Amino acid sequence: MDNVGYCNDNYESLQNAASDDELVDIAGATLDFSFTEDVPPLDPEYSSGYDIYTNGVNGHVSGISGNAKLMDLLDEPVPGVGTYEDFNTIDWVREKSKDRDRHREITSKSKQSTTALVDSITDAFSGWLLMVLIGLMSGALAGGIDILAYWLTDLKEGVCLNGFWFDHEHCCWGSNKTTFQEMDKCPEWNSWAELFAGSSEGAAAYVLNYMMFMLWALLFAFLAVILVRAFAPYACGSGIPEIKTILSGFIIRGYLGKWTLIIKTVTLVLAVSSGLSLGKEGPLVHVACCCANILCHLFTKYRKNEAKRREVLSAAAAVGVSVAFGAPIGGVLFSLEEVSYYFPLKTLWRSFFAALVAAFTLRSINPFGNSRLVLFYVEFHTPWHMVELVPFVLLGVFGGIWGALFIKANIAWCRLRKNTRLGRFPVLEVLVVTGVTALLSFPNSYTRMSGSELISELFNDCSLMDSSQLCGYVNSPDNRSDSALFSAFSDRASGPAVFSNTLPDRPAGPEVYTALWQLALALIFKMLITVVTFGMKVPSGLFIPSMAVGAIAGRLLGVGMEQMALNHHDSAIFKSWCSPGADCITPGLYAMVGAAACLGGVTRMTISLVVIMFELTGGLEYIVPLMAATMTSKWVADAFGREGIYEAHIRLNGYPFLEPKEEYGSKALAQDVMRPRRSDPPLAVLTQEGMSVGEVEAMVADTEYSGFPVVVCQDSQRLVGFVQRRDLVISLDNARQRQEGVVSTSQVFFTEHVPPQPPSGTPSVKLRGILDLSPFTVTDHTPMEITVDIFRKLGLRQCLVTHNGRLLGIITKKDVLKHMAQMANRDPDSILFN
Amino acid sequence: MSGEAFNLLSVLLGLLLMSTQTTDAKISEDIRCKCICPPYKDVEGQIYKQNVSLKDCTCLHVVVPMPVDGKDVEAYCLRCECKYEERSSGIIKVTIIIYLSILGLLLLYMVYLTLLEPMLKRRLFGHSQLIENNDDVGDQQPFANAHNVLSRSASRPNMLNKVEHAQQRWRRQVQEQRKSVFDRHVVLS
Repeated sequence: MDNVGYCNDNYESLQNAASDDELVDIAGATLDFSFTEDVPPLDPEYSSGYDIYTNGVNGHVSGISGNAKLMDLLDEPVPGVGTYEDFNTIDWVREKSKDRDRHREITSKSKQSTTALVDSITDAFSGWLLMVLIGLMSGALAGGIDILAYWLTDLKEGVCLNGFWFDHEHCCWGSNKTTFQEMDKCPEWNSWAELFAGSSEGAAAYVLNYMMFMLWALLFAFLAVILVRAFAPYACGSGIPEIKTILSGFIIRGYLGKWTLIIKTVTLVLAVSSGLSLGKEGPLVHVACCCANILCHLFTKYRKNEAKRREVLSAAAAVGVSVAFGAPIGGVLFSLEEVSYYFPLKTLWRSFFAALVAAFTLRSINPFGNSRLVLFYVEFHTPWHMVELVPFVLLGVFGGIWGALFIKANIAWCRLRKNTRLGRFPVLEVLVVTGVTALLSFPNSYTRMSGSELISELFNDCSLMDSSQLCGYVNSPDNRSDSALFSAFSDRASGPAVFSNTLPDRPAGPEVYTALWQLALALIFKMLITVVTFGMKVPSGLFIPSMAVGAIAGRLLGVGMEQMALNHHDSAIFKSWCSPGADCITPGLYAMVGAAACLGGVTRMTISLVVIMFELTGGLEYIVPLMAATMTSKWVADAFGREGIYEAHIRLNGYPFLEPKEEYGSKALAQDVMRPRRSDPPLAVLTQEGMSVGEVEAMVADTEYSGFPVVVCQDSQRLVGFVQRRDLVISLDNARQRQEGVVSTSQVFFTEHVPPQPPSGTPSVKLRGILDLSPFTVTDHTPMEITVDIFRKLGLRQCLVTHNGRLLGIITKKDVLKHMAQMANRDPDSILFN
Repeated sequence: MSGEAFNLLSVLLGLLLMSTQTTDAKISEDIRCKCICPPYKDVEGQIYKQNVSLKDCTCLHVVVPMPVDGKDVEAYCLRCECKYEERSSGIIKVTIIIYLSILGLLLLYMVYLTLLEPMLKRRLFGHSQLIENNDDVGDQQPFANAHNVLSRSASRPNMLNKVEHAQQRWRRQVQEQRKSVFDRHVVLS
């Protein structure tokens, strides 16, 4: 056998397909490969080789040309080939073509028998069935989480004697002893001081309530963090940065598993109820994605294919936001804008369907009461005036500035936690932060209540049902606006609901001033404590705290404007539209706009935020103020830094996330970025024949590359294909175990036809089945802009670089990311994964 | 493939069952109409609650006994705000009890894993050596998983061994996760 130095001269390579490829745009649904149809095979080996590649991966042994009797063992599917390592990127191209082949096979077989026809119908329906199941499961979990969060939050303050499972509002629900002056109190609900000491007034009772509050908060936080630590460390944090990375093709095994689901649900309730400044929307997206991942295992179509599974996960992200806020359309837009990487139109319709199913399930469970879907139902519909756009834009500026500063501060704090000793004591950190939060938040009633309660109160304008201090306007002996009676007779009296809208401007009473400075203190407190809280080792979300900060700022501005309008109603600004006795300024609207501005500044959401806000509040009248504030806040925040909070966390963790929207402005060529560089050792390649099992294993063990190009021979460096490291290791192990007589000197063949072996020699290992015969290549003079575009649009992991048809080097996704980091003057070594 | 048809059927059945449940008779305590009436002339502000359905949720039905009479009734009622609310106390109770039991089970399991199991294993000497071998995979070898893929498919006929094996694998996974997240701060920092 003198294959040494002898190169097979056949033109097997048709690799220039990459430059013929049509570049696919993201919105355009499926990826298209022109070369499978257009380019005729120059070599009869080629077409059968391609068939074997795809069939081999799919596990079918049809289509093998006759010479393969020796190797029949290896043509059966080896378990594990085609799967991916943890913390690696999937091969989108391969997954998509696997799915297309599966679909083609089912359609062709469906004409043969009735069972096959039924199979093809169930296969088509399985996607929709999966959406229904995801919606049901996520809706049920979200409803349960809401009920539990209400109960546990109120448990810090007291207990219900009618049944310990009722929270404060439900305890006093049927009670006949609630009075008008104190709408919240009833004898069935006892605060801890009442329970233990018998009285609810006085210094001793206050101190006792304080201590019990802190004790419960610490207990909840402690349980949350030890459960996370003991059972599912992946359950901490928000989850959205990691889900973004997973949807772009990364694999994190266990991140969407059942233990993570259980622990995240259980500890989310505890974390939210412990009084920490965090929300549950981000974690609910993670919970919904976990449900989707677990349910995918019921269907082979989704279990075996990573690309199809990510379509389902995109839909699940939409479901998560939909159940968090009760906003299905906003959820779909959030998934499209923030979380998903590839979002074909089919996913749009399916996400909406799943979000609706989830919303319907939530409605049946009815955690908000009154069968209402939306979280902060707002009942006023007063019009706003063009002059008010100025304060709305001001709120947008505030939101943008706060967003940018918050991101910088939070990332600095997280970096501190990551690199210094602070990060070694996670349990202690959680306890200390909870203790400080409870200590400082109890005295102020606006920080004592939970985030969503605070936002509801700030959004609502004063009606009879509201007994908050913010409604303590002058004009009524017992601090209720009873000039409602006056306006009801002078204006149109169309029913009780009209009262809340026609309250005229009123001067603020002393209660309102107290509320104002308490709110100002609450604003400062929340701004500072959220920086430290987001990113701790308990499930934590960001939406509610940002909205709370914005709502407080908005309400303060709104009350200020209202008083200004009242006292200066003769000035030019207010005279035209704000006559005395007419209702012109609604502070609740300012709170809404402020909340949208702050949330937009932090996350840089645009249309999804506006849609979520108007779905939340049920009013289309306020789209223009919301849009004005959101746009302003995004522009202002972008002036300080281009990344939202989730991209910043992705950057902090070093995930290999190639930003689909970032613009690339450098004039580098592919040869500047490719490896090996001049000082590096030469490219590690395998030859299609002539290497022994021992040599291949040595090369695999010596290097850490995740794949190896296969060339015709070392001299010519003409490209045959690309083989993944994982597949190579598994196949060689399998060959050693299953095939008889394979030793380290056995020859490894990547060719289609293996030359006949002398009967006394050792059998060869044929690895044609794991070889990817169509790796993407670019020439060395391809501009990096186009290369980065190819990586983004096709979801590549690596791309080979050729020069005059010969293999020159390789560019991996990690190289691209490092290069982009260098261009942006960031540290290229922060990219940790490939 | 037939497994999927079976899944389809079972889910449809489940949906049917669920839809029948939502039309259950409402417990009369779980609906109410709440009317808030502010002070009027010399009548104090009051709150009235009654367990009536939506169509009866008006001031005239609920505000009983009417504190003013004759011509003032209309004026008084115009000022009152009436709202219909409903809830499901059964679901609340069931959810909270399920949650507390899950929480209790998890805490017990955690106590068992951290305190009791090492003690029990120390008594059964042979087992402890087996555990130590399994725990040695500690360090993150990037492709160690690949070598284990084939070994995983070897069958273990014994049920107890399977459970033990699965639990060991799970514990190793959690340990790896804990290392990445808490110690080395590689993920989720």
